[in-house]
Amino acid sequence: MSAARPDVTGIEAPVYLHYHFTAGTAPARFLARLREGLLSGQRCPRCGNVYIPARGSCPACGVPTTEEVLLPDRGTVQSFTIVHIPIPGNPIEPPYVVANIVLDGANISFIHLLSDCVNEAVRIGQRVQAVWRPPEEWDYAMDNIRHFRPLDEPDVPVERIGTLPVSGPGVPR
Amino acid sequence: MREIAVVAFSQSACVADIGAVNEVELIMPQLQAVYAQVGLNSAQDVDFVCSGSCDYLQGAAFAFVAGVDALGAVPPLKESHVEMDAAWALYEAVLKIRTGHADSALLYGFGKSSPGELPAVLSQRLDPYYLAPLWLDTVSLAALQARMLLDSGSITESDMAAVVSRSRQNAQANPLAQLAGDVGVAALLQDDYLLAPLRRGDCAPVSDGAAAMIIATVEQARRWGVPYVRLTGIDQRIESHNPCMRDLTDSVSTRQAAAAAGVHEAALDVAEIYAPFSHQEIILTRALGLDEATVVNPSGGVLAGNLMMASGLARVGEVFQRIVNGDARRGVAHATSGPCLQHNLVAVLEGA
Amino acid sequence: MAEWAAVVGIGQTRYKTRRSDVSIAGLLREAVDRALADAGVGFDDIDAVVIGKAPDMFEGVVMPESYLADALGASGKPMLRVHTAGSVGGSTAIVAASHVQSGTFKRVLTVTYEKQSESNAMWALSTPQPFSVHLNAGAGGYFAPIIREYIRRTNAPEGVGIRVAVKDRRHGARNPLAHLQLPDITEQEVRDSMMLWDPLRFLEACPSSDGACAMVIAAADSISGNKPPAWIRGVAMRSEPTMYAGRDEVSPQAGRDCAADVYAQAGVMDPRRDFDCAEVYVPFSWYEPMWLENLGFAPPGEGWKLTLDGATSLDDGGDIPWNCSGGVLSSNPIGASGMIRFAEAARQVRGDAGAHQVENARLALGHAYGGGAQFFSMWVVGAHKN
Repeated sequence: MSAARPDVTGIEAPVYLHYHFTAGTAPARFLARLREGLLSGQRCPRCGNVYIPARGSCPACGVPTTEEVLLPDRGTVQSFTIVHIPIPGNPIEPPYVVANIVLDGANISFIHLLSDCVNEAVRIGQRVQAVWRPPEEWDYAMDNIRHFRPLDEPDVPVERIGTLPVSGPGVPR
Repeated sequence: MREIAVVAFSQSACVADIGAVNEVELIMPQLQAVYAQVGLNSAQDVDFVCSGSCDYLQGAAFAFVAGVDALGAVPPLKESHVEMDAAWALYEAVLKIRTGHADSALLYGFGKSSPGELPAVLSQRLDPYYLAPLWLDTVSLAALQARMLLDSGSITESDMAAVVSRSRQNAQANPLAQLAGDVGVAALLQDDYLLAPLRRGDCAPVSDGAAAMIIATVEQARRWGVPYVRLTGIDQRIESHNPCMRDLTDSVSTRQAAAAAGVHEAALDVAEIYAPFSHQEIILTRALGLDEATVVNPSGGVLAGNLMMASGLARVGEVFQRIVNGDARRGVAHATSGPCLQHNLVAVLEGA
Repeated sequence: MAEWAAVVGIGQTRYKTRRSDVSIAGLLREAVDRALADAGVGFDDIDAVVIGKAPDMFEGVVMPESYLADALGASGKPMLRVHTAGSVGGSTAIVAASHVQSGTFKRVLTVTYEKQSESNAMWALSTPQPFSVHLNAGAGGYFAPIIREYIRRTNAPEGVGIRVAVKDRRHGARNPLAHLQLPDITEQEVRDSMMLWDPLRFLEACPSSDGACAMVIAAADSISGNKPPAWIRGVAMRSEPTMYAGRDEVSPQAGRDCAADVYAQAGVMDPRRDFDCAEVYVPFSWYEPMWLENLGFAPPGEGWKLTLDGATSLDDGGDIPWNCSGGVLSSNPIGASGMIRFAEAARQVRGDAGAHQVENARLALGHAYGGGAQFFSMWVVGAHKN
């Protein structure tokens, strides 16, 4: 018998699988519009709510959505977090603000970066606007919006977030 | 035990690559179709929802979560999911109805295999320490199984080709099939081997699509006033994983499930068998104890179109439709899962 | 109409960051063997096996029930694999219970697990797809804004999350199976720990664990073992979409509806009064006050007051101790975390919870949630049938 070797307690077995993703009909249209610098949502034929990005259905009603609604690139902070956690390979330097933003005319928020701001001054109800990359860099990607930045407008009362018309907050009644 | 009925079924056409269609867009037409068959508005009109899918087909975790967006789950639904073929979602729902916590259930399965390479993806279903690192794909494993059958003398390559020929011919009457045609045994045997002794025709195609079904207690089906088919038995059994540790020329778990589901209690007019490879249909026909009196895979079976994660449910749906249409009185549906028929489900359906 | 079913066996592994001494199957067997021994039965006595876990990509094993069938003694039996995201541990227990409650089976083995150390869960959850912006914020990045909205709504003081973080770790120190063993943890330590996703600090978030939890569920005429059974008095599941217009993410309707359903089955009128304890899925500290309200233990806006009053603390002699086992904040093998809640609730009413036993516990709630706080599963277990 040769000298005892250490027990094998694990092996490396890398898994490589290749996929060709497709976005789906509704997301594909959303991405195609983004390529043109436009923000496109869909309105539910049953409840009338506007979803962006749309997935082709109203999740609440379970019916297909087809009507396109173009939305402005201005919106309101529904909530946010300040991310401090360092993740290897992350191109964004912490701390940074991740916000749930509802565009004017939309009834649902999406997550994006909020920058050009004092992190500690970010608040729920704050008005924000998209900062786009130069048009020559636009692709079929949400990254065409580099980030959102605060607008010098009065905050939106919490109960009105997610209910604003496409024209924006207007004069609070 | 409560009597359970199948009341509606719909499946999409089997296509090799459905293109830019997401989970929700895949599922929703089938849901709308089964709602319409029963006269329901939405999933809110059933007591329970259960689905089957596999993240690895799409290559993204939580594929089924997006599927919930197709349901209209506001107000919230009683909903569950199996990471299995939707035939097992049917099994879960049957138990649920038997508990008395639900009188009806919506089931659906969906799979979009086209983004990945299905045989390679499924190779990662094997024992992660001993088998998966070998990248032993599902077609190769099935070829080993076919070789054992051939060498045992219990089948010939012509028998396999005959299965394929009948599938293609039957599929001519199935507008949802992917592969159909008048192809003879001799012509099929002219084809080159894909992985000997399997030719391409011996292997089910890979299809994108979805299927949906509604079941209910017989009382509920009568209240709805729609034609229904009784689900008189359902059972499923798994067996040893390692293909080297079981007799691959037989399907013991199918025999067990068939006996427990009461397959042999009366004559069978029709059988829909989930056999992704031609030789497996022969194994399963024998394990189910079928004789000439039973029409096997009148839809063409999965050799004519294979909706991964929905094909098992679709077998039940095919038998349901044949009985409802009056083409059959009693039938058996079979679903399989795992390498070389490791896990099998058997359901018996009878006309009301 | 449903047949009575009871938990007659419970088995858990020790929860750790890495269990490199066992395979995936070995990890499950550790829990399963303990559950079978606890129930005083062997594999031959088991009619069916129900397994659950979170996404297959966490370990890189596709539909692992295939590979695990042998180790779980499932050969020749029915087997089902449940996956309902983070709530899967709870829903797996409920599906297993339905095998018995339906009158179909007498005795069922159920097991859930996660062996995150064998793969890369962070990777599994963030396979790059071009459809959304990549912010690398993780689960905390998703839940922190919801917590912030809870704090805004209720004006809860900042220290509430810290209080929960300390309480659950002190509870965990009573439980020898708990991953984190921090008997001397202080509020100052939590406060000084790194801010990850403001307002969540490092010590306010759950760990990542390897581990498995198993149970044997039996019909009333098949009770076995030397310990009293935990009778399943109610089971409920609810799902809602991840996002929809007007969704209350702080107190999801699916959670409220699920609780109302399970309470009605178990005859619970006032959860704070009627339950002796609860095991509730709290992966981030602030989810305790949020779920206290969602589950009706406190009126809206006042969950945090129960926490600050020590009502949920075993150490403070609270009237409704939550997560005496240490909870998800002390051990988090994701796919099993929900079942651990259900099993720990059962341990309490069996009087078998060791150093974290609530005296004379008769009725307990097990709770799990998953996805974007959209999938809920709950059960009520009791020392008696009614």
